Amino acid sequence: MAIEKICGIETEYGISVQGAVDFNPILTSSLLINAYAKPAFKRVRWDYEEENPLRDARGFDRAPAETTPEDDSGLVNIILPNGSRYYVDHAHPEYSSPECSNARDCVIWDKAGERILEDSMRAAYHIVPEHERVFIYKNNSDGKGNSYGCHENYLVDRKVPFPMLVKHLIPFFVSRQVFTGAGKVGAENGAENVDYQLSQRSDFFEVEVGLETTFKRPIINTRDEPHADPDIYRRLHVIIGDANMCEVSTYLKVGTTALVLKMIEDDFITDDFTLAEPVRAIKTVSHDTNLRTSIELVGGRRTTAIELQWEYLRLAKKYAQDNEITEVEGDVLERWESVLDRLDTDPMSLGRELDWVAKLQLMQAYRDRDSLEWDSPKLKMIDLQWHDVRREKGLYYKLLGSGKIEQLLSEPEIAHAVDNPPTDTRAYFRGECLRRFSEVIVAASWDALIFDIGDEPLRKVPTLEPMRGTKAHVDALLDASPEASTLIRNLGS
Amino acid sequence: MADQKRKPKPKQEETTEEAVEAKSTDEKTEEADDLLDEIDSVLESNAEEFVRSFVQKGGE
Repeated sequence: MAIEKICGIETEYGISVQGAVDFNPILTSSLLINAYAKPAFKRVRWDYEEENPLRDARGFDRAPAETTPEDDSGLVNIILPNGSRYYVDHAHPEYSSPECSNARDCVIWDKAGERILEDSMRAAYHIVPEHERVFIYKNNSDGKGNSYGCHENYLVDRKVPFPMLVKHLIPFFVSRQVFTGAGKVGAENGAENVDYQLSQRSDFFEVEVGLETTFKRPIINTRDEPHADPDIYRRLHVIIGDANMCEVSTYLKVGTTALVLKMIEDDFITDDFTLAEPVRAIKTVSHDTNLRTSIELVGGRRTTAIELQWEYLRLAKKYAQDNEITEVEGDVLERWESVLDRLDTDPMSLGRELDWVAKLQLMQAYRDRDSLEWDSPKLKMIDLQWHDVRREKGLYYKLLGSGKIEQLLSEPEIAHAVDNPPTDTRAYFRGECLRRFSEVIVAASWDALIFDIGDEPLRKVPTLEPMRGTKAHVDALLDASPEASTLIRNLGS
Repeated sequence: MADQKRKPKPKQEETTEEAVEAKSTDEKTEEADDLLDEIDSVLESNAEEFVRSFVQKGGE
């Protein structure tokens, strides 16, 4: 039976400083994170021991010389009490959400990340010179050929042969853009020009399968760092998604992908939707806002992205009849169907739910009123400011405030997630230990906490099981351990 | 918002229902205009320079 789909989202935020003579994105990213972090959490460093971004899921290690991984280990890198990691990744502030047990929680802790970046920006106001202004965007492209990622992670059973993931996920990823796209004006990276397209990212994908994330981007990324017991688990690192502002987009992105992964794990998909030219198809789909252009499957059959999504939904509904599914999964299935129905009949009716539709409608309204051409700077400004994390300035938030966008979450539950971890994954143990014992934690990572409790040697507490360390598992233990030393002793007994 | 053109005023012989529908379309248009006005007030004014200077190198 398929394992629980523990998931999380890592987002690199775009940043800009207006009024600065020399804008250094690495320093600005550090400044934002330092401005946000409370001193207690700043001193806990990230433990890099288990990280190996060059390990390939296909079963080999890439020689470092072939790629150019930058050594970020000296940069700001902190763990927050909600179990997330907040750090400088190359030239961006990156928020990696804690491990979540379901799609809805994933949306909650993803939104919490937006609030953390927004708070960082306000905290930085007092630090940067008065004439400089820092801007933060949750998007994926600067419109000039530079892209940065919003990566999803899913826990997958290592027993699943990697080629099965490749086979069934490529057609799914190519077609899911119809609801996951965040929308973008124009094309980039040598793609054929277009007025507006579904996805921020699709122009940047050049190969089907590969290890890289910054060049020759692959539809399926093979990075093999499970951050968990490597004999039992994989962490599927999905780099093809857009950073969404709309909660429904994120919810469907994660929820449908988790369901497809469960079906793959249970060997439930017998159909073959292998695309003839997936790298070309991903751009074809993204570039057609009418959603009518067909793409070719191996064997010559032609289909549209929506038809492919209907196929995956049909299978998922059958899977749900044969297997026990959760309440969230049931809800995802209903929404998935409702969204596909309306994409079929009237895509523009989805402006309350999907980023690419809402953004397109806003731009159309501007075009109608001000007679703007698609290359107008004003439309590009709207494209960018849609993703501004400030709730009083971001255009997504203006529409949300006017009741034009459907919200799945309440503001109090997002605020709660800024300072608290999910209760049903190992993130709970990490976050709670940080909150209670940060004084004596010297380092932490996804799969370990390292304590310094005085005279004894440093003690490493491994957290290799993502589904252990939940509130149910550890609350009694934590409550019985007023000091970290007691905790260590209790863990050892 | 994309197809928000005002409908012509309902003629005498049209049913009440259609008249109501036409009125609500007018209201929607007005609402959309109000929203654009509100967005105008927050949109960065120096769009050209702003967009030009937004360059993101490095990532992932």
